[in-house]
Amino acid sequence: AEVEETLKRIQAHKGVIATIVVNAEGIPIRTTLDNSTTVQYAGLLHQLTMKARSTVRDIDPQNELTFLRIRSKKHEIMVAPDKEYLLIVIQNPCE
Amino acid sequence: MEIIYVYTRKRSEFGRPCSFSDRPAKVNVDIPPDPSMASDFILRNPVDSYVQHTSDMSEHEVNTERVEVESRGVNHVEGGWPKDINPQEVEQTIRFRKKVEKDEHYVNTITHLGTLMEHCVKQNNAINIYEEYFGEEEVAEVEDEPPSAKTINVISKLTSFFNVLLSKRDPNITKRTATHLSWHPDTCKKLAVAYSSLEFQQNTKDMSFDSYIWDLENPNKPELVLKPSSPLVSLEYNPKDSHVLVGGCYNGQMAYWDTRKGGLPVEVSAVEVSHRDPVYGAIWLQSKTGTECFSASTDGQVLWWDIRKLSEPTETLVLDVTRKGLLENALGAVTLEFEPTMPTKFMVGTEQGIVIACNRKAKTPPEKITSTYSGHHGPVYALARNPFYPKIFLTVGDWTARIWSEETKESSIMWTKYHLSYLTDGCWSTVRPAVFFTTRSDGTLDVWDFLFKQNDPSLSLKVCDEPLSSLRLQDNGCVVGCGSKLGTVTLLEISSGLCTLQRNEKTLATAMFERETKREKILEARHRELRLKERARSEAQETEVEEKPVESPHEVLNRARREFFEVIEVELQRRAQAETQGHGSASVFQVKDRAGEEAAAQGEESQLLKDKEEEEEEKDAA
Repeated sequence: AEVEETLKRIQAHKGVIATIVVNAEGIPIRTTLDNSTTVQYAGLLHQLTMKARSTVRDIDPQNELTFLRIRSKKHEIMVAPDKEYLLIVIQNPCE
Repeated sequence: MEIIYVYTRKRSEFGRPCSFSDRPAKVNVDIPPDPSMASDFILRNPVDSYVQHTSDMSEHEVNTERVEVESRGVNHVEGGWPKDINPQEVEQTIRFRKKVEKDEHYVNTITHLGTLMEHCVKQNNAINIYEEYFGEEEVAEVEDEPPSAKTINVISKLTSFFNVLLSKRDPNITKRTATHLSWHPDTCKKLAVAYSSLEFQQNTKDMSFDSYIWDLENPNKPELVLKPSSPLVSLEYNPKDSHVLVGGCYNGQMAYWDTRKGGLPVEVSAVEVSHRDPVYGAIWLQSKTGTECFSASTDGQVLWWDIRKLSEPTETLVLDVTRKGLLENALGAVTLEFEPTMPTKFMVGTEQGIVIACNRKAKTPPEKITSTYSGHHGPVYALARNPFYPKIFLTVGDWTARIWSEETKESSIMWTKYHLSYLTDGCWSTVRPAVFFTTRSDGTLDVWDFLFKQNDPSLSLKVCDEPLSSLRLQDNGCVVGCGSKLGTVTLLEISSGLCTLQRNEKTLATAMFERETKREKILEARHRELRLKERARSEAQETEVEEKPVESPHEVLNRARREFFEVIEVELQRRAQAETQGHGSASVFQVKDRAGEEAAAQGEESQLLKDKEEEEEEKDAA
């Protein structure tokens, strides 16, 4: 379906290590990693996204969190939040 | 049936009842004032008295109990699944997932998020926002900040730690000296400290024999407790295998530990073949197997060991300077020095103030002792080769620190002034060839930089009130650990000016060492000549006259004065010549370097002026 296509396209980009789709309860729906790592990412990033969203809202109630990027030494974690689902992509930015 | 009579009466009713009656007042004593006593008193005027209108306060101290923090891990279990689905069952989870994927809302959301995400991913691939745009510039370090050091950690054994673990022990834990420190070879985050009491026969019954390995992240509790059979005087990590440590005990035995196996020694050397005195120096040797070490002690022996077989030493050497190999003449060794780049040579510092250089590969035992250097009045507590110039080594003993060159055996080439307190330990800096550290028995750590100042330490820090007993620099050269007499280990971080290599430092240090060595050589040569002359003269005179004519003290004094002035004049003339020439010939004096530096400084100044002129010209042209 379209979903398949979109996710495959994202995974095919240069430097992308993994893609994870998580629902509102933290259950990974679709993942390209092994289960334990996925569960870890899902749980932790879910909480972080909640926190980030509430932070943005607290500062300005009209505002909304659209995207969250965490750049670390080894790679970059990108989170696209929605009311019900989370799309997480881990990419290695080429340098 | 018996009839018993019971009589009861209140205790307060015993005795006769009191009968009170009134009586008129009666004067018992009447003391009239005695004016004659007034002369014994002085009228006090004015009288200070204070009044304060505040509420009464009281002072209390409160100290919170130290919280013991421990790191633990928690294992998460998958959660969030709805009640009817068992996360372990693969089928159920797959079914659930498929159901979610069919949801329309899901499809829309994911498509939307997907486009958003793609945008960012492509962005990442297109440009690297953290790129260094200006390449590494040469940071021109003009360090004007004064050298300083700050304490980063103080490790001391808390008595509360002992109370918690060993409640049977006497709460007064006798403090032991931290006699030796050794940093972990790779990580430098761990420090092994040997604790023992070096006072003769001061060991009380409750003094523990343990030595500790501390992790810097946790200064309250040691990472590993090493339990030898007798307190450790020296302790060293194996530079090749960071899990193995060798320790020399107070009773002369050698023991080695493997940190993976716990706190008890893996093997201890047999008492009959070990040293008879505390093992003051234990160092690992460079060998293919990485298991060889050697040790020295005040009983006058140097023993080589292979730790796989500690039942007997592989080799022994008796430190007899007369080269006869007699144990009675042997000098007690207090420090040991070994440089991995010169595997056959090593040096021993003795209690008598002599440093002995030895060659391990000599054929006969007497030949093993190659040379001796005497110059200290007391035991040589520390001996270290300069990591950049292996021929130069530092000795610390009595009240001075001396720098020696291997070639000049008569005396040291440079030495510090006599301090007020004993110097207990010293070491070179691992990054700067001209910097070394010494510790004193008044608790001060001195940092000497003799390219900067030769008479005084460039930094003098009071670390603690009790004497400092050991010193060790971390391999990166920035952190130094000092152990004190009461067992406290203090870690200090040195300011970056003292641990980064300056631009001309190597050349300047080389020049300085060479100059001093040359000076000593010339002095040695002169001494030798004088001695030869004296000997020749005395021999010649003996054949003629029995007694030599003794010069009177006056004549000796005059002669000395004359010679002294002659020498000075000659030197002055030579200096004047050298200055006019502008560059040094084979002259030994500081004029050479000073003249050279002046010329360099002048050259730079003229360059700057030229640049300025050029700039001005350009401005005029524009």
